[in-house]
Amino acid sequence: MQYNDVPNFLPALPEIFMSVICMVLLIFGVFKGNKSTYLISWLVILSLFLTSLFCILGPKDEIIFSNIFIVDDFSIFSKVLIIIGAIAALAMSLSYIRNEGMEKFEYPILIMLSTLGMMMMVSANDLISLYVGLELQSLALYVLAAFKRDTLKSSEAGLKYFVLGALSSGMLLYGASLIYGFSGTTNFETIQAMFDSNNEPSLGIIVGIVFIISAMAFKVSAVPFHMWTPDVYEGSTTSVTAFLSMAPKVAAMALFIRLVYVPFYGLVPEWQQVVILISAASMVIGSLAAIRQTNIKRLMAYSSIGHMGFALLGLSAGTQQGVESVLIYMFIYLFMNIGVFVVILSMRVNGVMVENINDLSGLGKNNPFLAIIFGILMFSLAGIPPLAGFFGKFYVFLAAVDSGLYILCVIGVISSVIGAFYYLRIVKIMYFDDPVDIFEKPNSASMISLLSISGIFTIFFIVAPTPLISWAHHAASSIIQ
Amino acid sequence: MLYISIVFLPGLAALTAGVFSRILGHGFVMFITSLSVSISSILSFYVFLKLIFSHKIINENITILEWINSGDLSFSWSIMVDTLTIVMFVVVTSVSALVHWYSFGYMKKDPHKARFFTYLSLFTFAMLMLVSSDNFVQLFFGWEGVGLCSYLLIGFWFKKPSANAAAIKAFIVNRVGDFGFALGIMAIFLFFNSVTYENVFNQAVNFEGKKFLFLSMNLDILTVITMLLFIGAMGKSAQFLLHTWLPDAMEGPTPVSALIHAATMVTAGVFMVVRCSPLFEYAPFTLNFITLTGAITAFFAASVAIVQNDIKRVIAYSTCSQLGYMFIAVGLSAYSAAIFHLFTHAFFKALLFLASGSVIHAVSDEQDMRKMGGLYTLLPITYLMVWIGSLALAGIPIFSGFFSKDLIIEIAYAGSSSISNFAFWMALFAAFLTAFYSWRLIFMTFHGKTRIEKSVMSHVHEAPFSMSIPMILLAMGAIFSGILCVGVMTGHHNSEFWGNSLFVLAGRDLIEAAHDLHFSLKILPVIISILGILLAWYFYIYKINIPKIIANANQPLYLFLLNKWYFDEMYNYLIVNPSRWLGYFLWKKGDETVIDGIGPDGFSAMINGISKKIALLQSGLLYHYAFVMLAGVVLFVSWFLLV
Repeated sequence: MQYNDVPNFLPALPEIFMSVICMVLLIFGVFKGNKSTYLISWLVILSLFLTSLFCILGPKDEIIFSNIFIVDDFSIFSKVLIIIGAIAALAMSLSYIRNEGMEKFEYPILIMLSTLGMMMMVSANDLISLYVGLELQSLALYVLAAFKRDTLKSSEAGLKYFVLGALSSGMLLYGASLIYGFSGTTNFETIQAMFDSNNEPSLGIIVGIVFIISAMAFKVSAVPFHMWTPDVYEGSTTSVTAFLSMAPKVAAMALFIRLVYVPFYGLVPEWQQVVILISAASMVIGSLAAIRQTNIKRLMAYSSIGHMGFALLGLSAGTQQGVESVLIYMFIYLFMNIGVFVVILSMRVNGVMVENINDLSGLGKNNPFLAIIFGILMFSLAGIPPLAGFFGKFYVFLAAVDSGLYILCVIGVISSVIGAFYYLRIVKIMYFDDPVDIFEKPNSASMISLLSISGIFTIFFIVAPTPLISWAHHAASSIIQ
Repeated sequence: MLYISIVFLPGLAALTAGVFSRILGHGFVMFITSLSVSISSILSFYVFLKLIFSHKIINENITILEWINSGDLSFSWSIMVDTLTIVMFVVVTSVSALVHWYSFGYMKKDPHKARFFTYLSLFTFAMLMLVSSDNFVQLFFGWEGVGLCSYLLIGFWFKKPSANAAAIKAFIVNRVGDFGFALGIMAIFLFFNSVTYENVFNQAVNFEGKKFLFLSMNLDILTVITMLLFIGAMGKSAQFLLHTWLPDAMEGPTPVSALIHAATMVTAGVFMVVRCSPLFEYAPFTLNFITLTGAITAFFAASVAIVQNDIKRVIAYSTCSQLGYMFIAVGLSAYSAAIFHLFTHAFFKALLFLASGSVIHAVSDEQDMRKMGGLYTLLPITYLMVWIGSLALAGIPIFSGFFSKDLIIEIAYAGSSSISNFAFWMALFAAFLTAFYSWRLIFMTFHGKTRIEKSVMSHVHEAPFSMSIPMILLAMGAIFSGILCVGVMTGHHNSEFWGNSLFVLAGRDLIEAAHDLHFSLKILPVIISILGILLAWYFYIYKINIPKIIANANQPLYLFLLNKWYFDEMYNYLIVNPSRWLGYFLWKKGDETVIDGIGPDGFSAMINGISKKIALLQSGLLYHYAFVMLAGVVLFVSWFLLV
């Protein structure tokens, strides 16, 4: 490599575009003040949309910047999914932040910055670039979690998230330095090459992998690194929770996949043991703990823990089919979550947000449209055919069974049954309990269209699953050589 | 078209009435169902008279539509009309029509009249399906259809716990029979590869004496099939051992008892065996068994009837006993005599029931004969009707029973086997008891000093026209059906009338032999019956304290009869209680404690408990969370260090 060469910037165009826009909008906001929040939000949405176009249309299969930045089908798939999550989260929170007096221009910009970090994460091809991307998204998220800083709950959530996030970053760095120390490199491909020839890995490498996996597990909120999730989900303002539960999960899962399938692909038997334990624990704890929740946001926190467990079930397969199934799972999970959070953001009675599950009672009578979509989403989250959620679970189980992980699958099925209880309880509350309060109708067009998209996707996925499956197939095949 | 109308008019009426009763109103429903059945009845009579006077055998098979066509199993929904069917048409539709009209008066004050008439019509339709079938599956459909209607009508007064219990009892006891019947049909399909009468009956001769291996026993195919079918008949026709439901079925409204539990449904068993005569003829063991069962039933039921106090139960046991007579005839291959008795019995037994209904109606729903008496001046028409019915039942000359019942007794005498000999003595003794209990009923109800309470007495009234006219029409049948049809149905040339609807092996026909018996034997049953009547008069009019003295002197025997030979108690002890105990055990211990306890309930309780503990872990304290994370890392690392 010659240092006076001008690097090829084109593959990084989406990220460069986003960072420039971020700066521009920040300056714009400073001058225009909080009145411009609405405009900035739409500009962010627009530029995110453009970024996704750049991603899709841009070059691929390129490794640039001294082999630290990679663009392949896998990263494109993940980036598009992340952007969809970010756009949805921002679009659904527009009316919410206005009603809650959170109309600050930094809000959309923070979301965009965090998204930028996520995009760098999924394109990382080196432990260093991985860490930079991860920290960029995390720092933005810490701020977002504490965004409503005049309330105790929100600042508590932000603080907890920050302290524990710092701990996990420490673990990541410790693991990374162990890997570097025992392998002499930080580049993913070089590390992978070291384990190709059936070398017995040294203990240092394994301990390093454990630390890195633990940090990843923290990001996807898998047990036992999940403890922050319920508190942060509940404490953050709902719009931030919606964002937290979508884009960062996809990014962290994508990074997780790349880490274990690229640098440590030769060590499948080693990391598989850890991932299996994490997956089983997440599925079980996610479904068991959710049963007793009364707050819908806490419930969704445990629900996401459980769902990450199912995604990790596919990951632990250690095969290309496993990666495919995780990508499909994340895609479906994200679309279901969009609808769920639109409904949660609509839980407003007389101008005040409510968060208890019992507040949903009688929704079937008061707002049939909201209730029917929410009911369908609950059935789908529970994994009941013929809805999309069923197929997500179906593919991960298929991958795990093909890899012979029968016991893990049995645990997964049992947790799925237990999990069905709390999803169906919500349906029961909506349709069979006496109405209490009437929610204000969600009047913003963006919310109604997001809800419809989510519902339509969930119901009609069965009609045309092929495009998603083949896309996921391409993405998965691009990272496994 | 004619036959289709006969069968489907009641069905259509039931459908219309059932679906639109709320729109059409009670009056219309009652009228439309009664009218349909009446038209059906008139058409049946027309066909019947045509058959008698034209001397042409009718044998038609109209296919309505293909029902099942799957591999070898192929049959249609069709109406097969031959002499046997036409006779049954007449019995079913005429009694049904009269019962419909009678119910106008009887059910006047009932709030659920429309439902009642719908059920009656539905029953009629199912019964017509049963008798017009050309295959065993449609037969079974009709069979179950009448069973269902019987269940619905016994439990018609659903607010009465005893009626519900009786309905369930009837249904369950019939299940026992139906189980055998269904097995029989399956066995027929297994061996004959067909369920249509035509194919099965044509092949029957090929199976004579053939055996098959079952549980290392070498069994005769036709004997097994016919025994299974007969078990079905025993349930439906309330034969000995499966009779217990019939007396309890009297909980239903009296018109129902007249139609279903006297004239039509209970005779379905007799009809079915007669219809399958080509099979039964090749199974002599089964025929003997049928005769034996019939004889025991005839005697047993009559013996119980002499001590019963409920007016309807007396008649119910009488029905049971008369069905026994029919089976005696069937078992002796005298199918024509059995159907002839079925035919006459339908009229006089329906008449007796309707008359008893009239009495019950008059005395404010009292059924206990000990609380009646002295009613003949108040209810002259009903009184006359009971006399006609009883004379016919007892087989007094000129009345219909004389021709049919005495013929069966003669046939039993003419038979040469020890079984027929046994049947003869049983039938003769039952005839004596029949006369006795019939007049006991008359004397207790209509004669002597009244035992009715004053408040009830003031309301006693003769039946309205809607009730008395059907009774009078039935009385005509009770008087004339015997004398008019005896020649045609059981005369020297009866085979011309029956055509090939009945099948008797050469050399087994006893009717000719019965005709040739000495006059003294022909008059014997009549004398016996008159003796029975005189004894009843002596006991219940002349010296009214004698029954009590005899009952006290023979307390065990009296109780034995009064408690119906303790059959209900025995079944309760042997079957009902153990099954109830088993059911309770499986429910409480098996299902609730073990399956629910370990399964759903235990599992959910466990989940709930664990869930509670996990929720406690979520303390909200930062250092707990950090600790858990670090503990996780340490755990994983030590996992690799140690393993």
